[in-house]
Formats: sequence, C-alpha cells, structure tokens
Amino acid sequence: MEEIKTNGLQEKDEISEDMQLLNDVTKNEYKWGFITDIESDTAPKGLNEEIVRFISLKKGEPEWMTEWRLKAFRHWQTMEEPKWPNVKYPKIDFQDIIYYSAPKKKPQLDSLDEVDPELLKTFEKLGIPLEEQKILSGVAVDAVFDSVSVATTFKETLKEKGVIFSSVSEALKDHPELVKKYLGSVVPYTDNYYAALNAAVFSDGSFVYIPKGVRCPMELSTYFRINNEETGQFERTLIIAEEGSYVSYLEGCTAPIRDTNQLHAAVVELVILENAEIKYSTVQNWYPGNSEGKGGIYNFVTKRAACRGNHSKVSWTQVETGSAVTWKYPSCILQGDYSVGEFYSVAVTNNYQQADTGTKMIHLGKNTSSTIISKGISAGKSNNSYRGLVKVGKKADNARNFTQCDSMLMGDKCGAHTFPYIEIENDTAKVEHEATTSKVGEDQIFYLNQRGISTEDAVNMIVNGFCKEVFNELPMEFAVEAQKLLAISLESSVG
Amino acid sequence: MGNDLLNMIELRDFNLPTTKNEDWKYTNVAPIMKNNYVLGASLGYENHLSTVLHDFFFQDFDYYKVVFINGIFAGELSDLTGLESGIIVDSLSNFQKNNSELLSRHLNKYSTIDNGFNEINNSLSSNGLVVFVPKGKVVDKPIQVLYLNGDKTENVLSVPKNLIIAEENAQVSIIANYHGIEGKEYLTNIVTEVYAGKNSIVDLYKIQSEEENSYHIEKVQAYQEANSLFNHYNFTFGGSITRNDINTCLNDENIESHFYGLYLAHKKQHVDNHTYVDHAKPNCMSNELYKGILDGESRGVFNGKIMVRRDAQKTNAYQSNKAVLLSKSAVIDTKPQLEIFADDVKCSHGAAVGQLDENSEFYIKSRGIPQDIAKSMLIRAFAADVIEKIKIDELREQINHLVFEHLNRVEVKNN
Repeated sequence: MEEIKTNGLQEKDEISEDMQLLNDVTKNEYKWGFITDIESDTAPKGLNEEIVRFISLKKGEPEWMTEWRLKAFRHWQTMEEPKWPNVKYPKIDFQDIIYYSAPKKKPQLDSLDEVDPELLKTFEKLGIPLEEQKILSGVAVDAVFDSVSVATTFKETLKEKGVIFSSVSEALKDHPELVKKYLGSVVPYTDNYYAALNAAVFSDGSFVYIPKGVRCPMELSTYFRINNEETGQFERTLIIAEEGSYVSYLEGCTAPIRDTNQLHAAVVELVILENAEIKYSTVQNWYPGNSEGKGGIYNFVTKRAACRGNHSKVSWTQVETGSAVTWKYPSCILQGDYSVGEFYSVAVTNNYQQADTGTKMIHLGKNTSSTIISKGISAGKSNNSYRGLVKVGKKADNARNFTQCDSMLMGDKCGAHTFPYIEIENDTAKVEHEATTSKVGEDQIFYLNQRGISTEDAVNMIVNGFCKEVFNELPMEFAVEAQKLLAISLESSVG
Repeated sequence: MGNDLLNMIELRDFNLPTTKNEDWKYTNVAPIMKNNYVLGASLGYENHLSTVLHDFFFQDFDYYKVVFINGIFAGELSDLTGLESGIIVDSLSNFQKNNSELLSRHLNKYSTIDNGFNEINNSLSSNGLVVFVPKGKVVDKPIQVLYLNGDKTENVLSVPKNLIIAEENAQVSIIANYHGIEGKEYLTNIVTEVYAGKNSIVDLYKIQSEEENSYHIEKVQAYQEANSLFNHYNFTFGGSITRNDINTCLNDENIESHFYGLYLAHKKQHVDNHTYVDHAKPNCMSNELYKGILDGESRGVFNGKIMVRRDAQKTNAYQSNKAVLLSKSAVIDTKPQLEIFADDVKCSHGAAVGQLDENSEFYIKSRGIPQDIAKSMLIRAFAADVIEKIKIDELREQINHLVFEHLNRVEVKNN
C-alpha cells in the first residue's frame, strides 16, 4: 500500500510539472495579431436576396452569375446546418454577419509603388514582403486582402505562357466562358450547407487556368487575410489544369485577434484533365482563440478536386494549426482511369481548438490509386478528429488505397479521434487502413536529454519527425514556414 | 390456432432505425418491416417435441444442453444433469420466481435501450436464458444453448432476453447456437447481458446458422469488474439480414476483453457487426479481430469503436478488421473508430480489404494442387486466425467445416 501511495504522489508531481509546461504554451500569444485600419465599403449586416444582389452588383457581375447566386441562396434557405462533425460551437447567427466588405481604393496596378502603403506594411508584418518575393522567390502573389484582390504580380510572365492567374471577379470579366463552364461543376451549390452559402455570397477568390501542355513556370500563391471585424470571409478558388499541364498552388492564411467568432466558409474547386497534375498546398494559421477558448475563426471549408482525365493527378497537402473550429475534408474524385489522389495532412490543435478534418477518396475510374497520410497532434484541452472516406465504386477495377492516420496526444485533457469510412463495391480493390495513437515517449525525450538537448527542443524534434512524411510533400518555402508554425503552436508543451 | 387468436406485432409501432441514423447507415431494415409478426411465445413448442434436434448441436464433446424454441425455454428438451449445486441454468421466468432479488440486481442494469429493436425486446420479451455462476464456482462443461426459430406457416418474432452472471472468481463457457426452421420469414431479436465479476472468466461463443430468409438482430452488452476476462466469439453464417452489436464496458482496472469474429456471406446476405469497447479505467487491455469472407452479392458491414476515457491511462486497445471479396458484386463497408481522451495509451486499428492473393494461389497451383483446392486453402488460412482462437478443439473443426459448407467450396482440413 505504502509503495503504491508514493508512486501515486510522484506521478502527481510529474503531472503538475507537465501542467506547468502546458500552461506556458497557453500563454503563448498569437504572434500574427494586429489590425489594419483601412476605410472599407461595407454591406449592412444580415443576409437576404437584396444582399446577394448587392454583392453581385458591387462586383459588376453578369446576369447569369447573379441568377446563380440567387439560386444558391434560395437552396441554402431550405438546408440545415450539418450536425455530424465532432465539434461544438455556439449557434451561428447568419443575420449578424457582414457579407461584403472591400477596401475602398482599388486601383489597377502594375507595380508595387501604387499599392496602398498601409497594405504593404500589413504584408510586411505578416512576413510576406511582396517586393522581396517578387525579386527573390519567383512566386507570383495574388494577395487577397479582405475579399478583394489588390495586387497581382508576375502577371506578365504568366501571360506569356498563357496561364491565367487572377481574381474570380476579373476572370468573370475577361474569361466569362471559362468561369461559366467550370464554376460549381466540382462543388455544386447544392452540395452542402456552407457550399450553398458560399455560392450565394462569395466575395472573391483566385482563378487559375493552365492551358494545354503548359508547366506553370512558378509556384502560384495567394495569401488570405481576414481584416474587417465581423466580416465573414467567403472565398472561392477555381483551378483548371488542361491536358498535360502542371501547377503547384500555395495557400496560406493568418488573421488578427478578435473576440467575436468569425465565420470562414471557403470553397475550392480543382479540375484536372488528362495527364495533368495539380499540387495544392495549404498552411492554415487563422486565429485559434485565446487560452480560454474565446474568439477564433470558424473554418468550414469545402475543397474538392475532380480528376476528370486519364492519368490525372491531384495532391493535397495541408498544415492546419489555426482556427477555433475546423471542418474541412479536401476530396479527390478519381474519375479518369489511372488517376491518382494524394492527401497529406498535419493538424495541430491546442487550448480549446477543435478540428474535424480528413479527406474523401472516391475511386470511379479503373486502376486508380490514392494515398492518405494524416498526422494529428492534440494538446491542451483540444479535440482533434480524423474523418475520412475511401470509396471504391463498382466499376473501379484494381483500385488501390493506403491510409495511415496517426495521432499524438500531449497532456491528459485533450482528445484524438478517428472516423474512417471504407466503402468497397469492387472485389479487385486493395484498401489498407492503419491508425495509431501514442504520446511523445519518455524514453525518446530521455535519449535526447542525455545528448544535451533540452526537453523543449527534444519535443520539437520528435514532433517534427512525426510530421516529416507530410512536410516532405510541401514546397520548400512552405516547409520552412510550417516547421516554424508547428514549433510556435506547441512551444514548451511536453506530453 | 387461427390467425385471429394470435397477437400480431406491427413493427411500425416501434421507432426502428433508418439509414439516416449513423449507426445504421449501411443497414436498411425496411425488408424486416414489411411483415407482421406473431410473437413466438404465443405459438408454444409442443409440435417440436418430436423434431430431431440432435443434428443441430455441435457434437463430440461434453456439454450441458439447453433448448429454446422461438424464444421459449423447452425444459423437456434440455439436459442439465450433473450441474453443480449453486450454479443455475434456467429460463428467465423461472429464475424470476425463485431468485427475484438477484435478478433485479442485474437485469436491465447493463444494457440501455439504444434503438427500436432493443425496445421491441424490452417490451415484448418474457423469457430467455439465465446462467448464474456463484462466487468461486467453475462450470465444468460448456453450456450449449440451441435457439431454434421460425415456423412453417407464420412469420415468427422471437425475443429472447439473456442474462449471464459470473460472480467473483467464477468461470463459465457458453455456446449460443442459432438455427432456423424452414418456412416463413422470421425475426430473431435478442438482448444479452453479461456480468463478469472480479477475477471471473466468461467465454461466449455465438454461432449463427439461421435460415437464409430470416432476420437476426442481437445486442450483447457486457459489464466487467476488476481482473475479469471476457471473450466473445462471433460466427455468422445464416440470416438474410444480420446485425450484431457487441459492447463491453471495462469499468475497473486490469480487465481484459477479446472479441473475435468471422462472418461469411453469399447470395444476397447482409451482415452487419458493430462493436464498442469502452475503456473507463486504467490498465486494461482489449483486442478485436474480425474477418469477413464475402461472396455473391453479399454485403458486409463492420463498425468497431474503441473509447478510451479520460481516466483510462495505460490502456492497450487493438482492433483489426479484414475482409476478402470473392466476387465482383460483393460489397464491404467498414468504419473502425477510435475516440481517445487519455494520453498514455497504446491504441491502434487496422482495416484491410482485398482478395485472395494471386501470387499465393499461383504458388500453390505450381505445386500441382488444383485451383479450387488452392482457393480453399487460402480461405482456410484467412479464416484460421479467428477459428484457432476457439478454446474447444472439437468445436474448432466443426466450425471450419461450416465455413466451406456455407461457401459451397471444397473443404480443406487442418493439416
């Protein structure tokens, strides 16, 4: 009895030490929080047909686009919010949201000098010096600042190749036939509650068109940023890769500190034709709320790729560290024969964050294959869920899937969950699913300590090792940023 | 007896789950609802006294014999001679008369009403099996319970409610053997509660060979005390729609649970297995191994959930579900779920779907073994992982035989 008691006490001490370390994490302030003051042109709060028309009018859209938005809005009114995700949040009052706000000055720019200096400062604080990127990295940046594109660089270079990289509203003016053909073809407005809402009120987003046989000469990148308080951000991205083309697209987000929850319901549509490939990488670092779980972004995103042609390929890579609530399932519809879908994900939750994320691999064509690597790390009082679907249709002969989802828990107040759905209708399918849950091993930390590495660095190393398979898939610039983000998100947390 | 005298049960009166219910997503119960059923208890079992029941039992080993016909305990057909005093194997209604205090301490204490089927069982059941093993007793032979269901002229509904109580240091092994009578479509809807006291060992075998026009639904809910061991072996051969819910709650330390399952389906059979292991306390271990062989246009569903609660540190929980599809039209839907709230745990689950390995088949054939036998050998190897877990040697070989008989393939024996 005596012995057991002492053991118990010791354990308690260890736990309180851990708690101390965990507390240090929660004190970690959100490093990207600041507010830019720009007079914006804002719609009144609330949502009705008038507002939908207002948005459409503001953007100078053609009649069919307005009609499409209205149809989506009417459909949205008949739908109910999904209740199945493993997340909890107060009910959203959709009438208490401003659906349109745009920076007032919107000059057509060719060089950075013409950009509002305050905007430029914001980007610098974010660590995205446009001029530097322009010169050094060769990355074209379409900076979406609170719903409207302000500056687009490298347009000229892309133009030579025939690549279209612009905001959706510009594309509607310049290439209406392309937008009309593909918008809503992968994610129809009837798809789900938030997709319908997005279709009705989306403010802007990126449009990419890679013509036949073109390998996009640079990595395309858009930085999103929520700026105006109480603005819901509804982005819509549409990327079309024509036969034999290739593009790598980067998306990264940061947002300022806010007390009221902000809704973010984006839609991303990818269309991949024969022999084409799209690589889509995301680093998501929206404001996750403070250590009491107050504030933070609701991130309800519909992302889907349609591999329409034979030998087409799509690869989703995501590093999710932000948002109070994340609800996101980048999916691959593998229609073409020999098409390939990949999903690499690291999702980190801390404090009161909740993430319900995963992917859907829908095998329809013959000889299709898919890979899912998902790494979930939960700390603090957060909940991290993997929810995925692997479906092999009746005609999808020789489909192949490999799924691995690993979870890591730090502290004893967090949760890690897996909900994998596997639906197989073809006997030639080979599907494997593996999942493990573990914590940072004491022996691993001990080993590194013994070599003079501090516990904090040791944890960072172990976590980085845990996520390596995913980081390897990220483009260089992003991989660096992702590692930094991970270190910040989990600073001094020891399991 | 004429129809007018019989109590017709309309399932529509109960709130049966639909495919919109996440737990019933892949199992549509509409075909079950198209019939009106006659409650088994109102039919009596007298006309079955002459039925040759011998063939239904697993043979070649000693066992205590219990017979239930359409959910009614058939005392005349049962044989419990030699049972040690203190150990009770009886019908629920008899047990209620003689041990009402003991019964009220356990009955309906572990299983909650989760859906319309549980509700049907709860409101219509008047009988079932009770096995009571008092403190420190070990039942010397397995108890083999034959549940014979169905009727030539009526759609029968059988609703046995079973209760197995193993007190401290007790040990018992039960074989629940389900068979059907050729005739009209029938529904068997069972709830089984298992209480495994401190240091007890409970082995529960379920071999379901109902008629192929029947519907079979069972919920097993176990509740385990410290240091107990509960083994559940689940073999599904028959039934048009089968749904098993096997749940256990590990509510103290050092508990072990093992769930083994093998389901075979052909033609248009539908087999749905749901398991739920609830780790509520530290230092427990659970292990699940489910395998399915699907032929014809059959459909298999597996949904395994492991819950590790906040307190349940040092939990080891494993789950593996594998299925082979033998035909083009067979379908499998599987969803292994982990919900983990404790950090110092080792949990894993794996799911794999595939077909018999071509290379292995080629290898066997290249040694001069014909194709059908090669295939059977591979099936045998696949099923063996589960079958070899059976502790009763004679039962093992008989179940192996059933596998090949059911799939209508050449039998391959051990060695």
